[in-house]
Amino acid sequence: MTLQNAFDIPRGPGPLRRALRLARREWGAALACLFLLAVALGAAWPQLLTGYDPVAADPLAAQLAPGAAHWFGTDHLGRDIFARVVHGARYSLLIGASATVLAMVFGTLLGLIAGLARGLLDEAISRFLDVVSAFPDLLLALVLIGFTGPGTVNLIFALGVASIPRFARVVRSQTFVIAQSGYVEQARTFGLPRWKLVTRHVLPHAIAHVPIMATIGLGTTIIGSAGLSFLGMGPQPPAPEWGAMLSEGRNYLRNAWWIGAWPGIAITLTVIATGVIGRRWQAAFEGRRG
Amino acid sequence: MSLIDIKGLHIAFPGVGEVVHGIDLTIAPGESVALVGESGSGKSVTARSLLGLGGIVRAERFTIDGEDVRTHAERDWRRIRGRRIGYVLQDALTSLDPLRRIGQQVADAGAPDRAGALRILSSVGIPAPETRLPQYPHQLSGGLRQRALIGTAIAREPALVIADEPTTALDVTVQKQILDLLEARKAAGNALLLISHDLAVVARLASRVLVMRNGRVVEEGPTSEVLRHPRHPYTRQLLDAIPTAASRGKRLAPRGADPLPPKHIDASRTVLEVQDLHKRFSGTPAVNGVSFRLAAGEALGIVGESGSGKTTVARMVMGLTEPDSGRILLDGQQFSRIPEVQRRPLRAGVQLIAQDPLGSFDPRYTVERIVGESLDTLGVFGAERRARVREVLEAVHLPERFLQSRPRDLSGGQRQRVAIARAFAPRPRLIVADEPVSALDVSIQAQVLDLLAELQAEFGTALLFISHDLGVVHHLTDRMIVMRGGEVVEEGDVTRVFTAPKAPYTRELIAAIPTL
Amino acid sequence: MTLGRRIAGRVLSGALVLLAAITLAFLSVHVAPGDIVDIIVGDQIPAPEVEAAIRAEWGLDRPLIVQYLSYLGRVLQGDFGRSYMLQTDVFPLLTGQLLPTLKLTAAAFVVAVVFAVVTALLTAHRPIGGRIMGGLELFLVSTPSFWLGIVLLYVFSFTLKIFPVAGDRSFSALVLPALALGLSLGAVVAQVLRQSLERALEEPFALTVRSWGAGEGTLRLRHALRHAAIPSVTLAGWLIGGLLGGAVITEQVFGRPGLGRVTVDAVLSKDIPVVLAVAIFSSAIYVTLSTAVDLLCLALDPRIRTGGR
Repeated sequence: MTLQNAFDIPRGPGPLRRALRLARREWGAALACLFLLAVALGAAWPQLLTGYDPVAADPLAAQLAPGAAHWFGTDHLGRDIFARVVHGARYSLLIGASATVLAMVFGTLLGLIAGLARGLLDEAISRFLDVVSAFPDLLLALVLIGFTGPGTVNLIFALGVASIPRFARVVRSQTFVIAQSGYVEQARTFGLPRWKLVTRHVLPHAIAHVPIMATIGLGTTIIGSAGLSFLGMGPQPPAPEWGAMLSEGRNYLRNAWWIGAWPGIAITLTVIATGVIGRRWQAAFEGRRG
Repeated sequence: MSLIDIKGLHIAFPGVGEVVHGIDLTIAPGESVALVGESGSGKSVTARSLLGLGGIVRAERFTIDGEDVRTHAERDWRRIRGRRIGYVLQDALTSLDPLRRIGQQVADAGAPDRAGALRILSSVGIPAPETRLPQYPHQLSGGLRQRALIGTAIAREPALVIADEPTTALDVTVQKQILDLLEARKAAGNALLLISHDLAVVARLASRVLVMRNGRVVEEGPTSEVLRHPRHPYTRQLLDAIPTAASRGKRLAPRGADPLPPKHIDASRTVLEVQDLHKRFSGTPAVNGVSFRLAAGEALGIVGESGSGKTTVARMVMGLTEPDSGRILLDGQQFSRIPEVQRRPLRAGVQLIAQDPLGSFDPRYTVERIVGESLDTLGVFGAERRARVREVLEAVHLPERFLQSRPRDLSGGQRQRVAIARAFAPRPRLIVADEPVSALDVSIQAQVLDLLAELQAEFGTALLFISHDLGVVHHLTDRMIVMRGGEVVEEGDVTRVFTAPKAPYTRELIAAIPTL
Repeated sequence: MTLGRRIAGRVLSGALVLLAAITLAFLSVHVAPGDIVDIIVGDQIPAPEVEAAIRAEWGLDRPLIVQYLSYLGRVLQGDFGRSYMLQTDVFPLLTGQLLPTLKLTAAAFVVAVVFAVVTALLTAHRPIGGRIMGGLELFLVSTPSFWLGIVLLYVFSFTLKIFPVAGDRSFSALVLPALALGLSLGAVVAQVLRQSLERALEEPFALTVRSWGAGEGTLRLRHALRHAAIPSVTLAGWLIGGLLGGAVITEQVFGRPGLGRVTVDAVLSKDIPVVLAVAIFSSAIYVTLSTAVDLLCLALDPRIRTGGR
């Protein structure tokens, strides 16, 4: 028996040890969490990860390949790409998260109202959602930007509004299914008033799924925000938004692949990470439901 | 030479472990053998291993028609499936491909041509088979569908047919037709391996029976011998657990024959009065003029096949479905066709035990909260509620450690006990039980029925018991109603109905019950 | 409900959605803050004769309901008004660009469906294959189509020089954009299709089919795929929407002509008449295609078709 083991036995598994054991079993999700933490760190305190200024041009150092001085290379204006990718995390996370929260809050509310109201109100909301869904997500966001003009706040608004139906529909159908379930019916036979049925048995189940949807949906909005920024409708240059950087990189593909590659990789990894966490969470959730 | 000769069969599944622990099975040509057991006994898994379907199989000897199949690859097994061994599952609605026509499926199963398909379908007793070829399974009645499924299994004239619970999802009169069909095949000299939980079905068809439990054969022998003189205690327990006329007023478990506490029926007090109920669903009448009354402490059974309207009656009595016309009086008070607000205070007097207890529990709730919730409208809270919940859980023999369990952690029998405890907690005058034991194994069913009878007698609660199983109704209830097509065809004392049925339909029903 | 009524109901609700989309477009101009003339002309200062032309075109001196009905009438006749920024009528501007976009969307649709069906059929209930494809699908789902397009461009056009870099002159120019757009959406369809295929293979009928001696291929192709297709078809509406939206960006990446270029220019310059026309156009395409797909779903499921359960 090693010394370490001897120490462990009386103490039992501590929280750190338990976390490590969990991480070994769920290494995919653990890796995804670590990566998202790093992205969040970049979004909050980018200076901790890089000393370069993301917008300072250096014509003498333009289009340098990745190397010791510039890990990810430099772009056509000589800006350090690693610095731009790190600082860009702020835009992607901020836009993605804000739009998702906007969609989640209003979508859940609309879905609950439609699911519980039945009758005319439900019909009205459902038809409205049908109409809004008839515009593809991205096009709806584009049309909204057509009215409001490009920019970070407008982009959040457009993406958020375009994602509302996704949440609303799921919550509505979920509410419906639960309202028909055996346990709500059983609770009715106890003579419980409607508000008790709703708050005790319908609401908790109807919204239980929402945070998971939001995690998976975060990836979708990050892709959407990158796409719209790629088209020039998000944060304006020289802001280091990942989609906008990809758009610039597209023009230098022939001689400097790294300008576009790194922001692209950053988007993919971030979205994969949210997807992995969301799905793992969902699996655990469904496992708990049996 | 034996058709099937297996010695020391072990079957394991990855992630689950071994589920069959060394059983021997031989089937001679033309012989009909039955594997009997409850869920988890390994009987279906054993049957599927004869087709090379599922599981990691290990055996000392495993031959089909003298051919050693232990090293067979998928390709070799496909020569056996359908050609030497046919396989019939329960419930043809899901066991036939719902998206393909009957004719296509008979052809898929090996009918050489249209004439061959017609011959196969008429051989399983499907009248006017040419009209069935272009139809889909859902367009056939339950009986015809099951016949078609059997037809696909015998399309290539296999020497052995395995029937895995072939009548489980069927109404009793349809079950009789299918059993007749299988019996005719047996009489024609075809070998049959019957898998069933129902000893009465087995008694009709099999000449030899193997009783399985937890992956082992506990008893084997000629059917009449095993059923009449069971040697193993488990076989005896299974036989005792079957509710019949003989078991009335007695316990079914653990060994049966102990008397139940006496009932207190107060014929002068009417708990439930149902007057001329009518209900239509999108134009089709589901319940058509049903009336009955139920005295305090009395148990009334409603028997009928699917579509008879018995569940709709139960729902109307529970105030979950409003009747189109007619009246329901609970303790003399109007309970139907009144605003929900007026009904709520009366609801504590009538409680429901549903067929699917798991679905009737909020998955977030603990057993304590589930049982306690029925006390809400009575205003029983705090210490008084805790005491009441413990009291009823004790009455259903659930130890206190289950208080904090969640429904998904309970077994099927435990769940139904919790449902019973919840129903009795507010001390209702009437309990409506809608097929409460139909999803349970026979030994669990026995425990639940005992419990229900015991508590009903103890509390003097009236019981409205809905079931498709005539044996259960015969065992448990005092009076019964036979329903068909939304109407009451017969009503009366249980013993009278079973011994001297008046309506032809009742007679048909009783004749269709397979007996030991 | 009979089949005829179901079809009629489906078509009618499609028409209603389209009507509502047009209404929404009309309302959005009136609800948006600012004078309508300013909204229509975008960021430029309107000349007096332009302003007069707009007022006449939109009938701004008449009551709102009359404006609405005349707008509706004009749109239904294919008159989407005039872009004062581009000095041209909107309808011919869009129809001229419609074909390349439809070509791209259709090609990407084929890519997505073929990818989904093939991977689902090959990897459902296959532990190793399923894991590998699951990983690939996760990668594709998480990669924006324009980024995938850039990677494809770099590999196949700049490095291997197999396909042209830009334009829409030959079939080969369609290959990379269709792959970029189709794969990332097809991956989502593949995930759903595989899941429902696995569910279908666990149904009792799969056991019955196996017991007839049928091979795995027969079981999957002849029996299970159709079951799996029914839930997946409901994804088709989403898929078409995603393709239309994604086409806008993909066209930019590959320098293709099409509605995308027009849309992006219009949005960036706030050319509202064009933006609205694009919105109505795309919802018309979406409604038409998804209604067609829903009707296809009816054809797939005899239980609905024959009025059973």
